[in-house]
Amino acid sequence: MKKEYLQIDKVVGPLIQISDVDDVFYGEVVDIVEISTGNIKKGKVIKIEEKNVIIQVFQNTADLAAGNSIIKFTGQAFNLPMSLDLQGRIFNGIGEPIDNGSDIFSLVEANINGRPINPMSREYPRNFIQTGISSIDTLATLIRGQKLPIFSGNGLPHNELAAQIVRQARLGDNVDEEFGVVFAAIGVKHDDEKFFRKSFDEANVMDRVVMFVNYADDPIAERITTPRCALTAAEYLAFEKHMHILVVMTDITSYCEALREISSAREEVPSRKGYPGYMYSDLASLYERAGMLKDQVGSITFLPILTMPNDDITHPIPDLTGYITEGQIVLGRDLFQRSIYPPVAILPSLSRLMKDGVGEGFTRGDHAEVANQLFASYSKVQEVRDLSQIIGEEDLSSTDKKYMAFGRAFEAKFLNQGFDESRNIIQSLDLGWKLLALLPLTELDRLSPENIDKYFPKEA
Amino acid sequence: MAVKEENKEKGIISAINGPVIKGKNMTTFKMREMVTVGEQRLIGEVIVLEGDVGTIQVYEETEGLKTGEEITPTGRPLSLKLGPGMLKNMFDGIQRPLEKIQEISPIFIPEGIGLLSIDDKKLWPAVMTVKPGDLLLAGSIFGTVEETQVIQNRLLVPPNVSGTVIDVVPDGSYTIEDVLVTIRDAKNELHELKMAHEWPVRTPRPNAYRRETLVPLITGQRVIDIFFPIAKGGTAAIPGGFGTGKTMTQHQLAKWSDADIIVYIGCGERGNEMTEVIEDFPKLIDPRSGKSIMERTVLIANTSNMPVAAREASIYTGVTIAEYYRDMGYAVAMMADSTSRWAEALREISGRLEEMPAEEGYPAYLPSRIAEFYERAGSIETLGGDDGSITIIGAVSPAGGDFSEPVTENTKRFVNVFLALDKSLAYARHYPAINWLESYSGYIKILSDWYEDNVAEDCISLRNKMLELMYEENKLQEMVMLVGEDVLPDDQRWVLEIAKIIKVGYLQQNAYNKDDTYVPLEKQYAMLKAIEYLYDRGREGLKLGVPTSRLKNIDIFSQFIKMKYTIPNDDLSGIDKLKDEIDQYFDVLFKKYEN
Ligand SMILES: Nc1ncnc2c1ncn2[C@@H]1O[C@H](COP(=O)(O)OP(=O)(O)O)[C@@H](O)[C@H]1O
Ligand SMILES: [Mg+2]
Repeated sequence: MKKEYLQIDKVVGPLIQISDVDDVFYGEVVDIVEISTGNIKKGKVIKIEEKNVIIQVFQNTADLAAGNSIIKFTGQAFNLPMSLDLQGRIFNGIGEPIDNGSDIFSLVEANINGRPINPMSREYPRNFIQTGISSIDTLATLIRGQKLPIFSGNGLPHNELAAQIVRQARLGDNVDEEFGVVFAAIGVKHDDEKFFRKSFDEANVMDRVVMFVNYADDPIAERITTPRCALTAAEYLAFEKHMHILVVMTDITSYCEALREISSAREEVPSRKGYPGYMYSDLASLYERAGMLKDQVGSITFLPILTMPNDDITHPIPDLTGYITEGQIVLGRDLFQRSIYPPVAILPSLSRLMKDGVGEGFTRGDHAEVANQLFASYSKVQEVRDLSQIIGEEDLSSTDKKYMAFGRAFEAKFLNQGFDESRNIIQSLDLGWKLLALLPLTELDRLSPENIDKYFPKEA
Repeated sequence: MAVKEENKEKGIISAINGPVIKGKNMTTFKMREMVTVGEQRLIGEVIVLEGDVGTIQVYEETEGLKTGEEITPTGRPLSLKLGPGMLKNMFDGIQRPLEKIQEISPIFIPEGIGLLSIDDKKLWPAVMTVKPGDLLLAGSIFGTVEETQVIQNRLLVPPNVSGTVIDVVPDGSYTIEDVLVTIRDAKNELHELKMAHEWPVRTPRPNAYRRETLVPLITGQRVIDIFFPIAKGGTAAIPGGFGTGKTMTQHQLAKWSDADIIVYIGCGERGNEMTEVIEDFPKLIDPRSGKSIMERTVLIANTSNMPVAAREASIYTGVTIAEYYRDMGYAVAMMADSTSRWAEALREISGRLEEMPAEEGYPAYLPSRIAEFYERAGSIETLGGDDGSITIIGAVSPAGGDFSEPVTENTKRFVNVFLALDKSLAYARHYPAINWLESYSGYIKILSDWYEDNVAEDCISLRNKMLELMYEENKLQEMVMLVGEDVLPDDQRWVLEIAKIIKVGYLQQNAYNKDDTYVPLEKQYAMLKAIEYLYDRGREGLKLGVPTSRLKNIDIFSQFIKMKYTIPNDDLSGIDKLKDEIDQYFDVLFKKYEN
């Protein structure tokens, strides 16, 4: 029988310290029972020093004080029951139902921290997912099993973009492969969560969605567990029930801020901008849970969303994320201000996995070249625009004027597309060719003669 | 295989803080001793001893550990088992084979699997090269095993024993644990020699002496081989923000370098990147051996989600394995992707030890650790009298892509080649995004004889001339950004045109193109020579008053841009034809301007 403790020595932010404790283990879950009401809060042992134990509490600690609560060690790690019944349900950040539905009962339990996938057991992801969005499909192709974050900024339409992807993306190869969505909201506004719920409804996928929600006014320590609960559910559905799972997670920035707050409560030595030195490994313990396994059906495709503080891509949150994920989709404020939707800034965007997932047999033989040429030409557009700022557009050389025209058309016709508009990859590639034709052939040095012969639009 | 635990006194866990734990009752433990921790027998290493309290870094997940559980000494430092069976395999940061771990647990890596190492059941056909009465010095060779189709494992006397052979087994099949040779040393003590011996990872293996490095590591990558060459036995760093091409460059080097052995360490990076290596390398044929490149490769993987203390160790595990093959007389090239993750692991452990941080939270000993690591590279004579070398190429991942952070700055102090990856080149999809203005190689001078003897008399001067042209182009570009290209005089516009060919046609090299991914040195040289030819002939024209717009023949230019694809690696006659075309076009053109 585990002992119970009454004495709380210290409360610092989300942490409490108790002393004289025996026989607890690192990572053990505790129940903190308020004596007067019987309310139970959950916590977890995060440091043991002799008989002193520090517990991170997942709910509000403001009303905790010595004597008003009993601390019970449960002898359990942080496990969640796993079942297909998770689908269609809504949970809080520690996996408790908040939709008035019943508890999940299952003999299968999983530790929310997960364990690293053995690289020998992985299968390298190679299957193209068509999102119907030209900029993504053509230039930063999403691959099944990929972790591809959206780097956004405050007020930019990242939620709309994510919702559009959920609605339009086809994850499975054929009808008998099941797909599902796991959605984790970390420190989000109630409005944002409603927006997603509505869009899942409209896409008719609500009964395939598992939601874990931690609102902006919920306790910050729960933000640490929200993504872990979600990924644990995703792993169960993907690797044990062999479904193709899309995990949408927003906002990683709130997650990292929670990490920083707890780290500072623990008085740890900070690294850049006050974030803890282990933030890279911590984020990796989330992102690396995406992927596919050898010789079995099922995958986790992971679309985390983060808002870059001050739109700064070198801020530690996007920076460390970009070092772990398999590329990034970057949204640009200037495109947004010019009413281009989705405002995908293609130059800093990248899909590291597209190399093996596009081309003959996946999309079309010219895909890699078209993408390369669009990148190269659009990058030249930026230089020409800078120059035209100085000398004026009229004084540009005739080639440079064509670049200006190409740049405008590319943004208006290729990047820009409707929230409800889905273009297949062939349409997107053909559109790419049509726009490249605005440039002199001599400028198109990334295209091979064979593909030019085959695809270059013939003059009418 | 279970860990051999000593029958000494055991420690008692008294504190747990992530991967760092403390124990009491540890007076009999030694600094850097390997231990097992708790009921699950997690592997750990003593990193601080103060009185009877020891601090241990644990190489596995510590969730579930309790205070009061035991810490058991093993009596030896963290060591590797060095023997045949490492090539073609992938290990975790402390040399546990991931394939065997997979047999224990098919998907995820569990904790408490103990200390696995290279296969001790497999029978290897050994050929013995010594006989009773022979004197065997430390580090000499007593037999051979064909470890893979291309690499012969030369069975080494461990660096710390020597003596006279008193017994040898006949040639035949043995495991790494079988005794093959018995020797008697000067003190009359007997030593049993097996295929494998143990060596502590943190102690560099000894060699006879260091020598100068005079031969380049040929990589088949134009920007490296011609512009910023790496010497065999040298050191190089590849710094760059995320997505600039560190991993691709490292993979290219692992695939195509003309080293005998490749040790590739995925240190704190993506799981899929290691999977990719496992899937792709066996299919790629080494142009030199005609066999799969996997036959010469050892992989170490501590992916970013694996325990952080093992990340710290993975670098040492890798370099110790590299030294082992070096000591057989091989040229080893080692890639570490990324050394920044190793430095961050140091920082994390240091933080948990509550050490006084220096810059950006890194411990004050960061520079000395980086220096020690790169100093394990070098070209040496082995104890057995052979030539061996280790080339170390480390990727660096600067926070925010800013090279003025501690890991990049300190690495720069201790390496000789700096291949600076550039975000704006990567954004424009100029790959490899190695910035030719910021990068350098400190080996140009000592390698110039080699290039003159083996490639062409003027190879280095050609390189210098073209690099100067690129510097000039950079200055001109600054002007263009102010006034536009049209106002520049013709000779300067010609420089811009040639520079564009160098950038797109030469420096850009497509790793995904089956011909361009690896290019032999002769073609690398011939291509650059052809560009020089075009440049020089154009300048003749400029003297006659031919404008750049006429010099720039669209057809010739597009052939230059595409020659990397159109001219086969093994038939360079197309380059001569291209020069003929230049002559034909220019001769006619110049006639019009003469007199
Ligand atoms: N030599 C190259 N050829 C073609 N593509 C490249 C090359 N180098 C880099 N890339 C592209 O850049 C992407 C990012 O490269 P990677 O090496 O993963 O970057 P890093 O390790 O610096 O984050 C790759 O997925 C690939 O698309
Ligand atoms: Mg990388």
